[in-house]
Amino acid sequence: MLDYFMPQASTFSGDVDNVFLMIVWVVGFWFVLTLATLAYFMIRYRHREGVKASYVTGEKHSENKWIHYPHYVIILCDVVLIAGSIMVWVNVKQTLPPKDDTIRVIGQQWSWAFIHSGPDGQLDTEDDISTVNDLHVEVNKVYHFELQSRDVLHNFSVPAFRLKQDMIPGRTITGWFEATQVGTYDVQCAEMCGHGHGIMGGSITVHTPEDYQRTMEAIKNGTYESDYLKRLENDPIPIAAKRPQVSQNTVNAGEENLVSSN
Amino acid sequence: MSQTATVQHQEAHAHDDHHHDQSFLSKYIFSVDHKVIGLQYMFLGLLMAALGGFFAYAFRMQLAFPGEAVPGFGVVSPAEYNMMITNHGTIMIFWVAMPVLIAAFGNYLIPLMIGCDDMAFPRLNRLSIQVFFVSILVLLLSYFVEGGGFGGAWTSYPPLSSVAEYSLTNWGSSLWLLAVTLEIVAFLIGGVNFLTTTMNSRAPGMKMTDVPILVWTINIAVIMFMGSVGPLVAGAVMLFMDQRLGTTFFLPSAGGDPVLWQHLFWFFGHPEVYVVLFPAMGVVAEIITTFARKKLFGYRAILYTIIATGALSFIVWAHHQFIAGIDPRMANIFTVTTVLISVPIAEMLFCYIATLYGGSIRYELPMLWAVAFLVTFLVGGVTGIPLGSSGTDLFFHDTYFVIAHFHYTFFPIAIIAMFAALYFWYPKMFGRHMNKTLGLIHFWGTVIFFNGLFMPLFLLGMAGQHRRIYNYQHFPDLASADLQGIRIFATTSLVLLLLFQIPFVWNFFSSMFTGEKAEANPWKANTLEWAAPSPPPHGNFKELPVVYRGPYEYSVPGNREDFWPQHMPDRN
Repeated sequence: MLDYFMPQASTFSGDVDNVFLMIVWVVGFWFVLTLATLAYFMIRYRHREGVKASYVTGEKHSENKWIHYPHYVIILCDVVLIAGSIMVWVNVKQTLPPKDDTIRVIGQQWSWAFIHSGPDGQLDTEDDISTVNDLHVEVNKVYHFELQSRDVLHNFSVPAFRLKQDMIPGRTITGWFEATQVGTYDVQCAEMCGHGHGIMGGSITVHTPEDYQRTMEAIKNGTYESDYLKRLENDPIPIAAKRPQVSQNTVNAGEENLVSSN
Repeated sequence: MSQTATVQHQEAHAHDDHHHDQSFLSKYIFSVDHKVIGLQYMFLGLLMAALGGFFAYAFRMQLAFPGEAVPGFGVVSPAEYNMMITNHGTIMIFWVAMPVLIAAFGNYLIPLMIGCDDMAFPRLNRLSIQVFFVSILVLLLSYFVEGGGFGGAWTSYPPLSSVAEYSLTNWGSSLWLLAVTLEIVAFLIGGVNFLTTTMNSRAPGMKMTDVPILVWTINIAVIMFMGSVGPLVAGAVMLFMDQRLGTTFFLPSAGGDPVLWQHLFWFFGHPEVYVVLFPAMGVVAEIITTFARKKLFGYRAILYTIIATGALSFIVWAHHQFIAGIDPRMANIFTVTTVLISVPIAEMLFCYIATLYGGSIRYELPMLWAVAFLVTFLVGGVTGIPLGSSGTDLFFHDTYFVIAHFHYTFFPIAIIAMFAALYFWYPKMFGRHMNKTLGLIHFWGTVIFFNGLFMPLFLLGMAGQHRRIYNYQHFPDLASADLQGIRIFATTSLVLLLLFQIPFVWNFFSSMFTGEKAEANPWKANTLEWAAPSPPPHGNFKELPVVYRGPYEYSVPGNREDFWPQHMPDRN
């Protein structure tokens, strides 16, 4: 159902969509049944001259069984929904499959810094490649991401991956994804982060292996042009409030904390 | 009680000797009469609803036509956009839903429904409305300080809300926080009063199971409010100290923890949903029994489910934080509790629907609103499941699906149930009926365009559109003409929804003077407020009523009439 609006671009996006579809069917059944009953009662028992209402207390078992029996079914439905939901959750958030590569995502008011590990596959080495608002990954590879924030809460969200995780200053939050479809998708900040929250977007591009190598070379040589920056230049609305300098103390304290928590 | 009443009568008498201005002041502005205070809460709440509605108009216009000047406001800057969405939410919850549903109708109806002459503590009651009034002034002040009003969302997560360099609204944040805290103080004062009054001032013969559901729901809401608000106030004080005194409770760079605030906030924030829901459910219960001429199906069952829902709602708060960086294993526990809340809530709705079975339903205006409440709230209820279950919240968290979902709960609660109550008790409050044609125009306009506004937002949420973003043209996946068309459709519906409130405003004020005169019990209802004259005089009842039976004895076999008021000793 969700794939009507968006591609399923990661390994677990299909699972999330399936749980949603299951909820739609189960909950939709109860919704239609309840509405139909309500509509039937509303029409059947409308006021008519000479017809008196009946006297039902709803306290006797013969009466309130009509409420209780559906309830046992609802509890059963709940158990199914909870089980389906937790299975997906455990897969996405509680397990960490072995990685092929690592990226670091750093949020700050109001842009993303993405650090790619480079050819050696290790972060914090000389061949790391940093980009702004422009993330590049290879298709069918398991990525671990390290989320960090320099100032306030942000949220790294890729709707096409069905992926979302808050970023908290002072912490490094680890997670994973594996992209399955080549293409460029939105990265949105999904946690209110100040005046510029509305422009804190970026893009993630899923490449084939050859294409990925070419792009990374271009970034290293300075010949790559970011689509995202070009889009922002065409922004019809100027950002009215320019961000002033953050006091040096706050920034330094934050930096130290970032380093120490790594 | 009688002592208090005597004192009031003396006061009123004393003021009669003074100038006319003073007597107006003491009668309408500094009154201790529960009915006047209730109406004061209602008018203030409706004024704030107009302000919240105006904010909604301005930011929805910005979303539909980004960057263009909004008629009546001008070009919306990102800072103003954030300020308006933040304050729209804050106002609608703290200054509309709570004052109108709980404070206004609670104040007006509790003493009438339990058959006494006034609240247990009339002066405390006056203090409550005065603190509430000050809280409004503080909130309004926050829009005019340097940097503008607070724009960090109504949840006000630190460090954004605690560090002025991040929020860029130095005093705006603090005044906003102060206003919310003052509003909470006003409600605590009022809540003490509600509980004491219900416990001590019930009419002779009124057992706890003879108390109307509305009085029960308001009191349970107050108890829940008192149980949940402590952590929030503690958090608010810590946040205020972070802002103004340089403490670092929520600042990670100095050893604080921003997630702590989220726990404190949502420990209050989720029960708060039910705090405003229960009075709305109470209003609807009173109305459907009256117009279906049926006894409420399962009075005790409804009461128990309300208490069960209330208790459960205290252990679901972290479903707002699944992806906030808490231990992921916690999400499993909170998914279970959250999804299980569907059980008591569904039971309650089923009881309401079962009440209609075998009835003789008259579709007067209050009944139309009550049915609209059941239908729209049902939509709100079922769409909560994908959000409460962690596996799908991965995707839906903070999307427009959430916005659509909680407006399908809050709009029925704060607006539809409020209108149901207004149309139902208007004859009691002002002694006259509202115009039915204007009422029908208002009803259909509101209900149709409410759905036109929020149904499309479910689609936008499924398309992955996040909240609190002032222009979706920055996001290529969301900038398509189709999605923009949906946004324009929703905004158009909002404008029409607001326009259809004009007949209501006209109807509300003109009917006070020209409406058809109403008798004491125009709807032929059972509860005690209908035993008082319309409008009830100071002191409410000519003689205080005695209660003989429960509030919902409609269509009892053997009676000539199909209703049997609580205070009537003999068969009716």
